[in-house]
Amino acid sequence: MKNDLILKVRNLDVILDRQAIIENLTFEVHRGDVLTILGPNGAGKSVLLRTLLGLLPYEGEIEWAKGIKMGYVPQRLPFIKDIPLSIRDFFKLKTLSEKETEEILKAVGFGEDFLRRTIGDLSSGQFQRILIAWGLLGNPQVLLFDEPTTGVDISGEETIYNFLTKLKMERDLTILLVTHDLSVVYKFSTDVICLNRQPICYGPPQDVLTPENLRKLYGGEVKYYQHRH
Amino acid sequence: MGSQFLVSLVVGIFIGGVAGYLGSLMLSKRMALVAGPLGHLTLPGIALALMYGFNVSLGAFPFVILGIVLIWLFEIRTKLPMEALTAVVFAFGVAAAFLFLPVGQAETALVGDISKVRLDEAAISVTLCLVLFLIVRRIYSKIVLINISEELARSDQINVKKVNLIYLASIAVIVALGVKMVGGLLTAALVAIPASTARNLSRNLTQYALGAMIIGALSSFLGILLFRMTGFPAGPLIILVGTFVFLISMVFKR
Repeated sequence: MKNDLILKVRNLDVILDRQAIIENLTFEVHRGDVLTILGPNGAGKSVLLRTLLGLLPYEGEIEWAKGIKMGYVPQRLPFIKDIPLSIRDFFKLKTLSEKETEEILKAVGFGEDFLRRTIGDLSSGQFQRILIAWGLLGNPQVLLFDEPTTGVDISGEETIYNFLTKLKMERDLTILLVTHDLSVVYKFSTDVICLNRQPICYGPPQDVLTPENLRKLYGGEVKYYQHRH
Repeated sequence: MGSQFLVSLVVGIFIGGVAGYLGSLMLSKRMALVAGPLGHLTLPGIALALMYGFNVSLGAFPFVILGIVLIWLFEIRTKLPMEALTAVVFAFGVAAAFLFLPVGQAETALVGDISKVRLDEAAISVTLCLVLFLIVRRIYSKIVLINISEELARSDQINVKKVNLIYLASIAVIVALGVKMVGGLLTAALVAIPASTARNLSRNLTQYALGAMIIGALSSFLGILLFRMTGFPAGPLIILVGTFVFLISMVFKR
């Protein structure tokens, strides 16, 4: 692999329950890239992320650069409130280093005293930040991010994307991000994969997100967000 | 105090404590519900043990394993909700047991009897409890993570299948030990109630896990003490004490 190449995917097929979820997908990710995976619901976006993490069976080729460390930020964790869990407990499930825990907590903008807070008491924005912090434990070079809740103010005016941009700069991260929010793609990503089971387009967003491609991606029903008052 | 009573008390405390500790992992993902049918499914095994005069836990154990395999198979093969599946298994256990359960010993099978536990049986039970505690402590945080999200656990390089297998085997052992003390009908409560109480009272995982263990042990201790004082069967008393503590915890819920 070339020295700045982090991930190479060739002719990827993912078949689950005898149904083709992803067909013939090819792309590359370089160091420092922000690759957005864009597509409608059920297009296979999250499946792609989980396949890249090695959680699902596949055919084709997925090659990560040697020794690369990945952090995964899941979409949501519906069962996390089943038991009383402090933030310290949650981080301890992954790392035993108290120092790292405190350092990560600071990186996502919380003080040390926050460690005692119970997960169930957090606002959705705070929880989103804690999930990102979890993904950053172990100092990964690549962050795989499944559909962050768009529009959540994670602290005051700061949106999740401003926040990720800041983290990316500070920690030299490469980011793979799943979303169905078009505005995110233009603001934040260097490359985009339009996915609706089959790849529809791949490249820098300003080049490939043509009206025609978007029509194909969303089956002729591109939803422009209209405000009706 | 008689030495027989002390032996029963010690065994009770150990089984109650470990059942509570393990139960704290089962509160999530409807797992506590699974312990219900597992307890009931042991009834045919208990009936056999009572008929042929061998240890009740020994009779119960293969039936717990059978129950776990059955629930697991049913869940894969059908799309029925877990509650329906457990009800099927549950009813089968009770029905099968009553075909050949000696009527005179029905009470022992249904609500347990720890008053006549022998010294060698007690030693084995206590040893098993200690081993179980150490095993569960090792996999505790892994199970918590798997309960939160299997994907997250797998992305963190946890061997989910292996950990789940150890977890299920631990449940099987505690159910087999539990039926001796509180019977096939009440084993689920032995696992579920202390954890529910601890959940009401705790703000973090350490308080919760430790709390469930202490409340489990305490309920058994008080239940067996009450049995000594009143002569009512110990099994139901243990569960009643547990329920009472649970009700108190509602007042102090955090």
